[in-house]
Amino acid sequence: MINNRALWKAWLLAVGVMVPWNTVNAESSSEDAIAEYRAMFGDDNPAELWLIRGKDLWQQRRGPKNADLSGCDLGRGPGVIEGAYAELPRWFADTGRVQDLETRLITCMTMLQGMAEADILAVRFGDGDNKSDLEALVAYVADASKGHAVSLPMTHSQEKAAYALGAALFYHRAGPHDYSCNTCHGENKKRIRLQAMSKLDDAKGARDAYTHWPAYRVSQGELRTMEWRLQDCYRQQRMPQLKFGSEVAIALTMFLAKNAEGGVMAAPSIKR
Amino acid sequence: MRLDSYPLAVMIVILWSQAGAFARANEMSASDVTTALRSSFVAKGQATMERLQQDETQTLCTAHARHPLPPEVAEHVSALNRVTIKPPANGQYLGDFKRGEIVALSGTGLQSSDDPAKPAGGNCYACHELAATELAYGTIGPSLRRYGKLRGSSKVTLEFAWGKIYNSNAQTACSRMPRFGHHGILSEQQLQDVMAFLFDPASPVNQ
Repeated sequence: MINNRALWKAWLLAVGVMVPWNTVNAESSSEDAIAEYRAMFGDDNPAELWLIRGKDLWQQRRGPKNADLSGCDLGRGPGVIEGAYAELPRWFADTGRVQDLETRLITCMTMLQGMAEADILAVRFGDGDNKSDLEALVAYVADASKGHAVSLPMTHSQEKAAYALGAALFYHRAGPHDYSCNTCHGENKKRIRLQAMSKLDDAKGARDAYTHWPAYRVSQGELRTMEWRLQDCYRQQRMPQLKFGSEVAIALTMFLAKNAEGGVMAAPSIKR
Repeated sequence: MRLDSYPLAVMIVILWSQAGAFARANEMSASDVTTALRSSFVAKGQATMERLQQDETQTLCTAHARHPLPPEVAEHVSALNRVTIKPPANGQYLGDFKRGEIVALSGTGLQSSDDPAKPAGGNCYACHELAATELAYGTIGPSLRRYGKLRGSSKVTLEFAWGKIYNSNAQTACSRMPRFGHHGILSEQQLQDVMAFLFDPASPVNQ
């Protein structure tokens, strides 16, 4: 019931929000339209559909090992999801590397459930009827960090190295357009077309942005994670395809998360 | 070495190596970044792995991104880019403003998801205000409203604007604006059309 109602509202409001955009006056911004859109939803967010599915996926016995994910350690102990996302990325002793939520979930699904990484990655981003289990699990786990302040351990040398790499990457200019992350995210209160941009190398901008991912993207009709956001930024930077879970993806996530330290998680949110 | 100083020497070596590791963890060398980039991307469509390779301008602008650009670096970057600017072969700076408007509105081109057979856009509206009728404009760059009307179209003014669009780094080292002519993002004809969009008295920019 709630599923149908949320879906119906999502569709209705997605159409509704286009109207004010088309007749927008110079003073109003996309932020106002999005704020209005969120207000119309009240407590309903289509992300709820992903969240419910993610909860099922977490609790169901699945894969060749017929196991649920209650043994999955996201950093706060096996099976603990409360506040876990607000402490990621972090270094994990069993894999010996720094992992974000997406890559850590893949570790759990392969190790505990015996699934093949290639099969999981084949549907890393959902598309219409072909929904992603990973996006659903991310929605479920991230939701359990709502209200928690971002607080990374940042004690392991690999965590510090990931942050330093992320910082260097943020300003790295390349490609036919000379773009870096900083080209568009170097100042607060600037727009691209009508989209307000955040300065992501300072606390305010990073908190505004980071605490609202993952998000239900109205324009895509899908719930998207930080891994999706970063690879789409690089696509727009005219760069080659960013690999899922790559060193660059983890490092930039670490840079954004650490800059957002202290910000209160409000994801999954609704975005354009 | 006296036997009792041996533990001290070991200590110093350990501390030294730890300090090195700490410094490495907090500062990335350009080669560390290059290695990470090479292992983290795959070519897709027209977005090849060569795009990860920086030219001298990109290298210098990256190295100085977090603090004000030293004047000597700014002058060097400007000089590097100034020599790349080619005036239009037919001597005409102004093309068709209507076609120029299409270039200014289009944000696609050169992305891994774009068809390389189709012409790229200039995406001017992403960052600039231009025609009064287009309300969805960005604010990263300055407003170009009534560009030609306010400045006239003397040869010097036309050359200035052509140079800015052809290679923004010639006038402003490490500008955030792409080097549309130098990198071949826009064709010479498209550059002429965008120029007309800015300067033609009949262009919506100048209404």
